[in-house]
Amino acid sequence: MIADSTLWIVIIALGLGSYLLRISFLVFVGGRPMPEWLLRHLRYTAVAILPALIAPLVVYAGEDGGVDPARILAALLTVAVGYFTRNTLLAIVVGAMALFGGIYLFG
Amino acid sequence: MPFTSTKSAFWAGVRDSAPFVLVAGPFALLFGVLATEAGLNVAEVLAFSVVVIAGAAQFTALQLMLEEAPKLIVIVSALAVNLRVAMYSASLTPYLGQAPFWQRAFMAYLIVDQSYALSQAKFDTDASMTLPQRVAYFFATCVLIMPAWFLGSYLGAALGTALPPSFPLDFALPIAFLSIIGPMLRTLPHLIAAFVGIVVSLLAAGMPYSLGLIVAGMAGMMAGAQAELWLKGKTS
Repeated sequence: MIADSTLWIVIIALGLGSYLLRISFLVFVGGRPMPEWLLRHLRYTAVAILPALIAPLVVYAGEDGGVDPARILAALLTVAVGYFTRNTLLAIVVGAMALFGGIYLFG
Repeated sequence: MPFTSTKSAFWAGVRDSAPFVLVAGPFALLFGVLATEAGLNVAEVLAFSVVVIAGAAQFTALQLMLEEAPKLIVIVSALAVNLRVAMYSASLTPYLGQAPFWQRAFMAYLIVDQSYALSQAKFDTDASMTLPQRVAYFFATCVLIMPAWFLGSYLGAALGTALPPSFPLDFALPIAFLSIIGPMLRTLPHLIAAFVGIVVSLLAAGMPYSLGLIVAGMAGMMAGAQAELWLKGKTS
């Protein structure tokens, strides 16, 4: 369970922080260019940090942090469908079906 | 075809954004359900979605709060996930930077994956658009998506507790994220960044304060940037 104080601090800080990120260039920087090395790293921010967030939830999902084949299968299929079809919604549907199928098969 | 009026640009934006309601709506619904499972009430879920409007960052914050990570780690990690909106802001500036201050301040609040992607693609292909037409188009892309986002969050929060306890809800979040990650893996450096992020995060999962995520994210970013440089060097 999440404490109320924590929740509201996080909501407000995230709201302010996200707004600063959004307003940053549009309002403060204008047309000035950013250093190329920084842009190059920023290009890979989301694609590095999102899989890093999810990987432990997939791999250590079983009982006592062990491996659960149904969840690994569902995760792999979701990424594969998203990667090959570029269709987020289809990936979610296939992933969910694989999860239910996997739980049924593997127990 | 060039727009004849601000109005036609506005309606084009509404039309182009319509299919994205099918992505934003269910995604918001999922957030509402998971946040309710985590103990948030309807008002808190809605406040979260209205104040932050960033699906991935909201899921990240929620997950880390459930793991009882310290507040600072929750905030830094979620902002890192949301860092791409600064890139969006940068890339929209050449097209919208001349708009009046209040319009820019309001547009900034509405910069999300969908409004950015649609507007950037439009402005890039139609050079004849005037500034008021661009502004109208940008706002128009949000007219359907934002209500879908807020309504989805509300419905998820209202319905969340109605789901049976055996429902494998713990895995809804990974599947939602993985469905976004797939289409993001456009090039070899993207794949390398993701792979390094995964390996480091699995090895560093035991680090205190969820610091493993930050370390893994930075390692992945550096790997992606290096791979890009290396590939460029090979081709030129």
